[in-house]
Amino acid sequence: MPVGSAYKGPILPAAHGAEVTRRAVEAVSAKFGQAVKEKISFRGEETLLVDAARLPEICAFLKDDPDLRFDVLTDVMAAHFLDRDYDYEVAYILSSYPNNAVLRLKVRAGGRLGPGSVPTVTGVWATADWQEREEWDKVGVLFAGHPNLKRILMPEDWEGHPLRRDYPMEGIGA
Amino acid sequence: MPYKTETIEPGTELMTVNMGPSHPATHGVLRLILTLDGERVVKAEPVVGYLHRGMEKIAENKTYTQFIPYTDRLDYLAPLSNNVGFALAVEKLIDVAVTPRCAAIRVLVCEMSRISAHLLWLGTHAVDLGAITVFMYTFREREVLYDFFEALTGTRLTTSYTRVGGLSRDLPAGFLDEVGRWLDRFTKELDEYETLLTKNTIWVERTAGVGILSPADALDLGVTGPNLRASGVEWDLRKARPYLGYESLEFDVPIGTKGDVYDRYLVRIEEMRQSVKICRQVIKRMPGGPIQVDDPKLVLPDKEKVLTQMEELIHQFIIVTEGFEAPKGEVYLAIEAPKGELGFHILSEGGPSPYRMKIRSPSFVNLQALPKMCIGSLVSDVVAIIASLDPVMGEVDR
Repeated sequence: MPVGSAYKGPILPAAHGAEVTRRAVEAVSAKFGQAVKEKISFRGEETLLVDAARLPEICAFLKDDPDLRFDVLTDVMAAHFLDRDYDYEVAYILSSYPNNAVLRLKVRAGGRLGPGSVPTVTGVWATADWQEREEWDKVGVLFAGHPNLKRILMPEDWEGHPLRRDYPMEGIGA
Repeated sequence: MPYKTETIEPGTELMTVNMGPSHPATHGVLRLILTLDGERVVKAEPVVGYLHRGMEKIAENKTYTQFIPYTDRLDYLAPLSNNVGFALAVEKLIDVAVTPRCAAIRVLVCEMSRISAHLLWLGTHAVDLGAITVFMYTFREREVLYDFFEALTGTRLTTSYTRVGGLSRDLPAGFLDEVGRWLDRFTKELDEYETLLTKNTIWVERTAGVGILSPADALDLGVTGPNLRASGVEWDLRKARPYLGYESLEFDVPIGTKGDVYDRYLVRIEEMRQSVKICRQVIKRMPGGPIQVDDPKLVLPDKEKVLTQMEELIHQFIIVTEGFEAPKGEVYLAIEAPKGELGFHILSEGGPSPYRMKIRSPSFVNLQALPKMCIGSLVSDVVAIIASLDPVMGEVDR
């Protein structure tokens, strides 16, 4: 199947997916060496902590590689921290439907690591548009290069980002 | 000839129309800003957030068990399915496997809520296009399903049925027989609905070739569930990453060929048939045994034991007031909910509540595909397209 043509089926066994996830971890480590900071395995889920600046490049590689084909960005989750070297952690769940594989990429930003911004992956998957907007809206991590970074769940004139850890449960000024 | 927005003549006056947030065809508080060239849609921008209740923030301040009632209010047309998804995610985090009977009951309620959710979609979809009769039929059957849910959980809508490590209560006496009899009747009902719509010329004219979503666009936009399958992509989490023993059940994954409104209709109709098939298998081999895992630190003890034994009283007190301790780590678990991939992404720093929890809602992600489907279509088709996408705003806005 040529690269870029949409997956139509069939669904491969989950064991094959686990094998492809292992290959993906190896391939990213081999190709991006220094950019991979940490490998985490927990409850059968593989996570790669990578350098935020290289994120779009790594995502594009995982999507376009004819063996791996991570064609879907399933989820984006940002978290805010108060007492660490970094302010934000953003986790991306990548899915390969053709291989039935899942991989989590994680980046850190802000604090001592520099500005609180992560490059956007909207250029790789169109679905990142709303998902990144939502995470910025809630947590306040900037997605640099996002074409339309505005409020999505909160009202347009809202001040602050309610899922930050320093945002009071009852709201500001309540 | 298909309408192309690129060929709009210079100087054409475009009109902006605001559709919603309270419009009968937007199925809840969804607002669409439509830019029109006459009757044709040039641009569509969904505006969401009117139902935002800050559920993810609430989750950070509740124990895992305390958050279960909030999941009812995500996709409020299939609360049981949300309960199951959340319980599974927490069970993955604390590494607990439920008992065979619990798993079987969970599959049964998931499929019953899929039928219930699809029945609401079918009824309202038909009403939106002027076929009011279908609505009466589907709501009659939904009423029966709500009676089942009430017998099972005590409530019709806010079920809060699952517990971490089990269920809140076992099946009432005679429940499976009743459901079995209803399934037999419902199969015939389903055929009746089809006689009203599937070959109905007006229905086909209004839906076939409308709101086409190509498989490549569907994947790029992260569309999941029946909407993705109608575009011809064979993907179902019940097959891909089976949970609760779906691997041992026999069922097919219906897929469409064109990805239009009509295909999405056909796919959901067939999904109801497959759900009936799954329910029958589950009822046939419903295992006995307990519905809770045997872990006094995790599940509430029997009332009788609480009143007679000191340790059990202490366990009950600790579980209710403090919750259970979860390990540090991050898990993502998704189920095939009626609307698509419903995922719970939990970041735990230890302790009884999540440090951060993201709810990956299928309706939110699917809704992003709406502009792509609407561009070039007639205003009246937008109504059909929204209905066929089947978004639930409770889940979009969380």
